[in-house]
Amino acid sequence: MSTPKYTDSELTIKSLHYRKQVLQYIKKANAGHTGGSLSCLDILNVLYNDVLNVNPHTIKHPDRDRYIQSKGHSVEALYVVLAGAGFYPESELEKMGQYKSHFIGHPTKKIPGVEQNTGGLGHGLPIACGTALSAKKDGKHYKVFTLLGDGEMAEGSNWEAAMFAAHQKLDNLVAIIDRNTLQITGRTKDVVNSDNLGDKFTAFGWAFTEMDGHNISDIRNKLSQIPLEPTKPSLVIANTVKGKGVSFMEDERKWHHKVPSDEELTLAISEIDNALATIIV
Amino acid sequence: MTTKTTISGIANQQIFANTLVELARNDKDVYAVTSDSRGSGKLEAFGEEMPEQIVEVGIAEQNLVGVAAGLASTGKKVYAVSPSCFLSARAIEQIKNDICYSDNPATMVGISAGVSYGALGSTHHSIHDLAVLRAINNISIVVPADNYETDMVVNATYGAMHPHFIRLGKRPLYDLPRLDNTFEIGKASVIKNGTDLVIFANGETVCFAYEAALELAKEGIDVAIISMHTIKPLDEKAILKWCNKCAAVMTVEEHSLHGGLGEATATLLMKNSIYKPFKLLAIPDEYTITGNQLEILGHYDISKEGIYKHAKTILH
Ligand SMILES: Cc1ncc(C[n+]2csc(CCOP(=O)(O)OP(=O)(O)O)c2C)c(N)n1
Ligand SMILES: [Mg+2]
Repeated sequence: MSTPKYTDSELTIKSLHYRKQVLQYIKKANAGHTGGSLSCLDILNVLYNDVLNVNPHTIKHPDRDRYIQSKGHSVEALYVVLAGAGFYPESELEKMGQYKSHFIGHPTKKIPGVEQNTGGLGHGLPIACGTALSAKKDGKHYKVFTLLGDGEMAEGSNWEAAMFAAHQKLDNLVAIIDRNTLQITGRTKDVVNSDNLGDKFTAFGWAFTEMDGHNISDIRNKLSQIPLEPTKPSLVIANTVKGKGVSFMEDERKWHHKVPSDEELTLAISEIDNALATIIV
Repeated sequence: MTTKTTISGIANQQIFANTLVELARNDKDVYAVTSDSRGSGKLEAFGEEMPEQIVEVGIAEQNLVGVAAGLASTGKKVYAVSPSCFLSARAIEQIKNDICYSDNPATMVGISAGVSYGALGSTHHSIHDLAVLRAINNISIVVPADNYETDMVVNATYGAMHPHFIRLGKRPLYDLPRLDNTFEIGKASVIKNGTDLVIFANGETVCFAYEAALELAKEGIDVAIISMHTIKPLDEKAILKWCNKCAAVMTVEEHSLHGGLGEATATLLMKNSIYKPFKLLAIPDEYTITGNQLEILGHYDISKEGIYKHAKTILH
């Protein structure tokens, strides 16, 4: 294996900076999906800064790896990480959500690096299946990653795709589930229980592993072992905390799409700054 | 007639929820079915007070409509509540077959409709919903203009024998004045009399038309405002009557220009050989501009100012 571009602690520092940006741009736009962006941010950081074979110069290259964000509402995490990875200047995020801006509140292909327009839940996995199947047809070696929410797993289209992916032996396909145990109404287990997702996917013919979705080295380690098993699509359950990184946002349902007040933003930023100060590079 | 030019008041979807709570309190057969949508549907109070009468399906709109059909088939008075964008797209086959074709008398409530979701973008806009639903047999489709019409339509659908779709927005609205204080599904409501121009509008755009009419009145231009809250069945008699009475015709809607109120009106006029100056204000067939709801609507002249401008043009 080649030496990674960034060490674990360098990526940890990036995550903390991204967290601040997510909060600042949500505040600026006065809208956004705060909790879910913070829960998937470490995963996106590792994907774009380590795992995915794509960079700002290869966004149209036919052999690039693809990332399709099925839980499109967590777009702020995606926009910030893409900016950090050099796909466009970070200053463009100032316009997020504003009149005539291309940076709308869900992923859009008008933004360099965004592969698909998403936002309606339950679309990413089927599109990822088609994209992965195409690689098989063409003898290409790219991988296709998609990120889903755990509440999103109630959508039937995911299970149609799960069956298809195993049938087609799409071992170049990776579904990551952001398992933060919350959705808008409350705990996923109280809305429609989505426990034992690993068993369910295994029964459908997938290979399965779990990771700590906030531990950089664990994420890096698990996502670089794809396919988990030959001839099978891979399911990676990321155990995460919604609102991760800000004490009063963590695991709180109300932060799904709440915008921080001035005081809350100041407090959140200072918590993240404190965390930054403790990192030893 | 008093005029209120500032928007203050209550969102139609809040009125819907309040009225549904009242109905459900007195009738344990009233059910709300939600798809992780009780927050945006303002149904949290309903759920707390009557947990046995709310059915949560999770983020699964197809299942939402199928379950609603089954509940309705056994005599439950069902309101299936989900953002209109998902309800009228993801679950359209369930609406077509399980509700309409099988004639299971559920009421579907499409919330945060049109471009209510603003900068969340096209995945969350429902400017196709009326077009799609109009092409389905056996469904009445109502787009209330204000709190009054919302309250009335929830009551009117209570115990209905056939399927209904109610389309609601989330912007706080005020109650419009009206000349006839009755409400009936399928009967247009006259908001203001006039002879120079008639504007047919529905949903949240009626207040823009009304406000523009007040401006135009100051210049001696007499504009009739009709709330076409029911887009199906369309009150053809009222449309023909007002078009015969007025010199020019305008339609306004928070919907694609394809398949909505404007096209329905134009078709009716052509079929009846009524040829008058005609302006259709709707959202064009393009990648919708980013902005909040009012910015998007204003961009396409679906605003007091836009209607005023086009009224002047059409009358000259
Ligand atoms: C088809 C569809 N239905 C409903 C929604 C509205 N919605 C956006 S986010 C969300 C909750 C998502 O919960 P989860 O999948 O657990 O995501 P996370 O917790 O990571 O934010 C809902 C219901 C949607 N975007 N698409
Ligand atoms: Mg979740």
